[in-house]
Amino acid sequence: MKINTVAVKKQVIRLGEKTREVNIFFLGIGEFFLFARRMAKETFSLDFEFSEFLRQCFQIGYKTLPLISVTGLIMGLVLTIQSRPVLVDFGAVSMLPGMVALSIIREMGPVITALICAGKIGSGMGAELGSMKVSEQIDAMEVSSTHPIRFLVVTRVLAATLMVPILVLYADALGILGSWAGANLKESVTFVLFFSQAFRVVEFMDFLPAVIKTFFFGAVIGLVGCYKGYSAGYGTESVGKAANSAVVLASLLVIIVDLIAVQITDMLL
Amino acid sequence: MFKNETVIPVSTKIPDLVIEINNLSKGFAALQVLKNLSLKVFDGENLVVLGKSGSGKSVLIKCIVRLLNPDKGTITVLGENVNELKDKGLATLREKIGFLFQSGALYDSMTIKQNLEFPLRRIKKKLTTKERDEKIEEVLENVGLADTSHKMPSELSGGMRKRASLARTIVVDPIIMLYDEPTTGLDPVTSDGISALINDIQKKSQTSSIIITHDIECARATADRIIMLKDGEIYTEGNINDFENSTDEVIQSFFKQKA
Ligand SMILES: Nc1ncnc2c1ncn2[C@@H]1O[C@H](COP(=O)(O)OP(=O)(O)OP(=O)(O)O)[C@@H](O)[C@H]1O
Ligand SMILES: [Mg+2]
Repeated sequence: MKINTVAVKKQVIRLGEKTREVNIFFLGIGEFFLFARRMAKETFSLDFEFSEFLRQCFQIGYKTLPLISVTGLIMGLVLTIQSRPVLVDFGAVSMLPGMVALSIIREMGPVITALICAGKIGSGMGAELGSMKVSEQIDAMEVSSTHPIRFLVVTRVLAATLMVPILVLYADALGILGSWAGANLKESVTFVLFFSQAFRVVEFMDFLPAVIKTFFFGAVIGLVGCYKGYSAGYGTESVGKAANSAVVLASLLVIIVDLIAVQITDMLL
Repeated sequence: MFKNETVIPVSTKIPDLVIEINNLSKGFAALQVLKNLSLKVFDGENLVVLGKSGSGKSVLIKCIVRLLNPDKGTITVLGENVNELKDKGLATLREKIGFLFQSGALYDSMTIKQNLEFPLRRIKKKLTTKERDEKIEEVLENVGLADTSHKMPSELSGGMRKRASLARTIVVDPIIMLYDEPTTGLDPVTSDGISALINDIQKKSQTSSIIITHDIECARATADRIIMLKDGEIYTEGNINDFENSTDEVIQSFFKQKA
């Protein structure tokens, strides 16, 4: 029997590449947690960069507002238009406001807003910190002992953690407004009636878990965006890569966190 | 053994060692950049490091502030082993070191004034706003940028950016200065100004410096001692006269640019 050594060698090389990829994957996870730990440590230092934190809140909150407004409105509108025919078939049109409000508050609002934020905020942070890394600005902060993690990362992550829940609540409100507009396309309903019908169904315990999970969405988006930017390489193309992979990973983690949150809520309630 | 012995300047007492590097090696993947390099910097001296592009000069000073971790060898700065320092110790040590980046590395989201304010506010916490503003004004004046304090880095020319970056480095009064090509890309007049400033800083605050440069004029003006790097090793060491009178080809090729 003759062994085809070339083929075997090729297989070995391929296997080597595969294990290398796996290694890099796990190294990446390890680095991410080290980064998160470093950030957590710096968060509780005495010198908090308050003005930078406010600036970031403004950047994240205010600058994302128009985008969230439009999406929120359309989300409610579309949801209403889509579900109305089914409810009409079952003769349950009066359930419409409550059903739409419930799905917006529990799931649609948080997840859609978080995904948009992952796109806008995550990529922004990835690109900004990435280009600072490439042009050695982060190194310059590091060598001048001005604590770049404290100044750049802690402020951004906390700002995202605080602002994403606020944006979600705002999107929820606009979603319900959009839903009212959608209901008015077919029949005229006063806003007060629509609103009271909606909130006859929604309870406080629908709100609470949804709001709590949005804090985690914010933290994840901020942390991933900063991590990807901060660990960018030294070439120009790594800025684009950092921004891109920040969006991909942040979106993915938002969905995973959502899954975990839903499971936990389900178990507890 | 003899080769690594440093020539001690003639003086009654032996000056204190500020930076001591022993058998430093550093590589990236297959590329070996620094090979077993040893050097010393004494208190209050200007050490000029010459070398071709890509010879590892920037890597050398990045190892000194631990922006890069060496593969082998020890680096001692002000009596502390840089690679064994914990976060806090490293931060304290770095406060005493000024590092001028080759690229300038100005914070491009801040004005020139804010660039200078950034380290000043965080390192010299005791200064009042007024003292801080005065200090910034004085330093900007020194580098000839007094009227650009409210501009963004992107609005400045390359040379101005370099000078602004130098201003940001010296504003916190470091006691060790590492200059990575301080005069590259500047016209001869401004270059002379920067060289004079480097000497000024040395005299006024007794700083010890490593000056990386290709600019022979700058080396002439500032050097107490010169080291030439080649292929990651020290090729020659001496004072400016040794280099100018050398018959060695490699050295000649550097010095004949401006004979
Ligand atoms: N972060 C890095 N990753 C990989 N290789 C690097 C890195 N930094 C430097 N190098 C390599 O190390 C070598 C020395 O680089 P270095 O920047 O020290 O050169 P230099 O002497 O400062 O040159 P120049 O005068 O052009 O600035 C180069 O070949 C460079 O490609
Ligand atoms: Mg260099």
